[in-house]
Amino acid sequence: MSDIEEGPIPPRRVIGTPAPAPNLLATQDRPGGEVAEEDRLPSEPQYKAHADNAEKIVAACFVLAFLAGCGFIAAYVGLEVHSVDAVLRSNLALGTSLSVVLLCLGLGSIIYVRHVMPDVEVEEERHDMRSTPEARQEFQEYAVEGGQASQLGKRKLARRTLMLATAPLAAIPIVLLRDLGPLPGTSLRHTVWSPGRRLLLYGTNSPVTPADFEPGSMITIVPEGYTDDADALAKATVICIKFEPGQLQIPTRYIGSTLIGTRNWTVDNIVAYSKICTHVGCPVALYEQTTHHILCPCHQSTFDATTGATVIFGPAPRPLPQLPMTLDADGYLVAKSDFTQPVGPSFWERG
Amino acid sequence: MSTSEVPKPVAGVGGWLDDRFHGARGVRVLMKKVFPDHWSFMLGEIALWSFVILLLTGTFLALFFVPSMSDTVYHGSYTKLNGISMSEAYASTLKISFDVRGGLLIRQIHHWAADLFMAAIMAHMLRVFLTGAYRKPREVNWIIGVTIFMLGMLEGLFGYSLPDDQLSGAGLRIFEGVLQGIPIVGTYLAYFLFGGPFPGTAIVPRMYILHVFLIPGLILALITAHLFIMVHQKHTQMPGLGVTERNVKGQPFFPYFIAKGQAWFFFIFAALTLLSTFAQINPIWLYGPYTPVAISSASQPDFYMGILEGSLRMMPAWENNFLGHTISWSVLIPALLPLGIVFTGLYAWPFFEQWATGDKSFHNVNDRPRNAPIRTATVMAAVAFYGVCWAEGANDVIADRFQIPLYTVTWIARVLVFLGPAIAFWATRRICIGLQRKDAAELAHGYESGIIRQLPNGAFIEVHKPVSPEKAAVLGAKEPIELLPGPQAADVNGIPAPSGQGGMGWARARANRAFAETVPPEENHNGHENGHAAVTASSRAEELPDAEH
Repeated sequence: MSDIEEGPIPPRRVIGTPAPAPNLLATQDRPGGEVAEEDRLPSEPQYKAHADNAEKIVAACFVLAFLAGCGFIAAYVGLEVHSVDAVLRSNLALGTSLSVVLLCLGLGSIIYVRHVMPDVEVEEERHDMRSTPEARQEFQEYAVEGGQASQLGKRKLARRTLMLATAPLAAIPIVLLRDLGPLPGTSLRHTVWSPGRRLLLYGTNSPVTPADFEPGSMITIVPEGYTDDADALAKATVICIKFEPGQLQIPTRYIGSTLIGTRNWTVDNIVAYSKICTHVGCPVALYEQTTHHILCPCHQSTFDATTGATVIFGPAPRPLPQLPMTLDADGYLVAKSDFTQPVGPSFWERG
Repeated sequence: MSTSEVPKPVAGVGGWLDDRFHGARGVRVLMKKVFPDHWSFMLGEIALWSFVILLLTGTFLALFFVPSMSDTVYHGSYTKLNGISMSEAYASTLKISFDVRGGLLIRQIHHWAADLFMAAIMAHMLRVFLTGAYRKPREVNWIIGVTIFMLGMLEGLFGYSLPDDQLSGAGLRIFEGVLQGIPIVGTYLAYFLFGGPFPGTAIVPRMYILHVFLIPGLILALITAHLFIMVHQKHTQMPGLGVTERNVKGQPFFPYFIAKGQAWFFFIFAALTLLSTFAQINPIWLYGPYTPVAISSASQPDFYMGILEGSLRMMPAWENNFLGHTISWSVLIPALLPLGIVFTGLYAWPFFEQWATGDKSFHNVNDRPRNAPIRTATVMAAVAFYGVCWAEGANDVIADRFQIPLYTVTWIARVLVFLGPAIAFWATRRICIGLQRKDAAELAHGYESGIIRQLPNGAFIEVHKPVSPEKAAVLGAKEPIELLPGPQAADVNGIPAPSGQGGMGWARARANRAFAETVPPEENHNGHENGHAAVTASSRAEELPDAEH
């Protein structure tokens, strides 16, 4: 279609060489719309006996596809699902039959093209994408003409007020997105931990005492009252590790005047760190007992549990925050306060 | 002439339509459109048919999937999760897998097709890049293609995150953590996208509408444009006998190409169905519903996101405080730089090459990769860079399988990400030039025929025979690149060439010389210095070579 609009362009010709011979290309029309006999597609394949044999193979493929298609429907009707084993059986039957349908259709089609349809190679002339100079000239002239007729070049007042009018219109789609979510405010700086909130064992949601710990084990802790709150847990989840006496060497550290880590926040050689990696927020779930290394399985940031979860390797920029911990009157582990620094990944306002 | 007996449907229905749409001539031109044949031209078609299969299977899945993060307690056929609290999205994905007949098959076909879609686009892009098929007039179609690839990454990420399982939830958590790391607007972006703090309850329905409507709509529109432009400009072809810039040789669309395309569609669909029958993919029931508390080790995204994952894993812990604000380089650099380099490079390359070569002519005959050493070497450097970042995304799996310490794997990647592309560039360029020399030698001396002759002086030679015209057309297809004026170039009057001035002029002259480097064609003499005899076009293999040489 587009080729017609472009119009035929004579092939490049070097001056001084003879004019090209009359074109014998398949798509080239003779005057009067006649197509030369030799340019027509052959109506019969070159080797008819071969094509006849191929047709039988093609037909076999299509019959097999038909049978497999019927098999698919039978498997759909006959095989129930609703259990793992039944699903596996159904998947095998449906998948195999559908594969055979599609494979046979593909095979039949390609054998048909290659062995039944007559083999041809045709040649078509390419046209320059570039329009003729006249066509370009006409376009440019009309573009200028139309532009002038629109008067927009001269009518500055209309033009500028139109641009003015579209500016807020363009902003509206962005403005409309404002209510997608609340502003972050300071919410990334706090978790639900508060003084006296009990540490519960993840899974059973039972409060824990120091006696529940085996030295060398790491357990996941969730805050009382928020055990099913994914938003709260995404920040407040904690890991607790109990050490042998003398192993824990947490230095007292400050950021400015804020205490961020100290031996005094541990209870009976049990230390609590945020489980949310300071890199991009995966739970740091792996603990190697012999080296006391906490490893994030996502990007392998490694923290030394004995020295305040300092970073040993990987992309995490800072230690896991330590949760201030103490015992309540009943002897259960509780938070002394919230974390004293934001947990989880870095953000611009973190400071 | 068989065309005199036009069957009734063609004449009748065709006439009815033509009365209304004037389509006879246009449709005929389209039906006779010639498509050249080459195996590598089928790579893009894999992506096309994968997309069609994605639309078909995706529509089926959407009939059953519930895009909601509301809590529900599961009581279904997968008894191991009975009584567990989970989102509607996860529960409905379990239902598709265990309670809808054919649901698991279609879900697995959908996932495999997404992976094949991206893999086929990558292979197709490599083909187009390596053969220079993006050159004028096809730069716009190249840009459309790269954009489809980018949208495909996003579409895939949102798609595999929809079931709200433990693995994809971890991926979303990482996505959110990276968003937070963006300076100034990061926290706002994260809160707006997730509707508040992570994970919230908004992200699944939001990803759903992007995944089933907006992004596929954009991809569909771009694919349509991609195909229309391809048909309008006609397909490129590989060099060969009788192939010129002014023609296209192959088979017509109707009935040949359309039938082959149909066969190819069935083969691709069959391959995906076989994979989905015998190779399990994304068994979400084993991962469990998402909770921010837990994670499994060896968490990898789908392969096309591996470059981002690997970049994150490779990065050292760099972070700055800038006027009381945190700049998290250990997140920003891996999130933006590798993909930034890859996509900027892909978009800019056609224009950079035009600038360096000064070549503004139309190209319909592709280059053989060896005939454009700088381009081919650049592609291989990019592949090495991408490959190192990608493989590092599975560093824990590599460490486990090959018994290499985990940190060692990361350190190797940190070194290779710089060294790998350099080695790949150097080696590829040398190989290309070597292959060009081999082509030139074969063209000049012919090929080794295996016939041993004794010369009158008693010496033995192996007779070389001239290559066939078909092969000669391929071997001799390299087009020279014009040398632009150098930095100090001046015309006869001593006026310096304006193009060679300044830093840009210097850079352009350097780039131009690198691109224009060529292997001189060997003289058409026989190569006695190699102990071989050559046969020129005029002499025949049966004759003894000219004794003078």
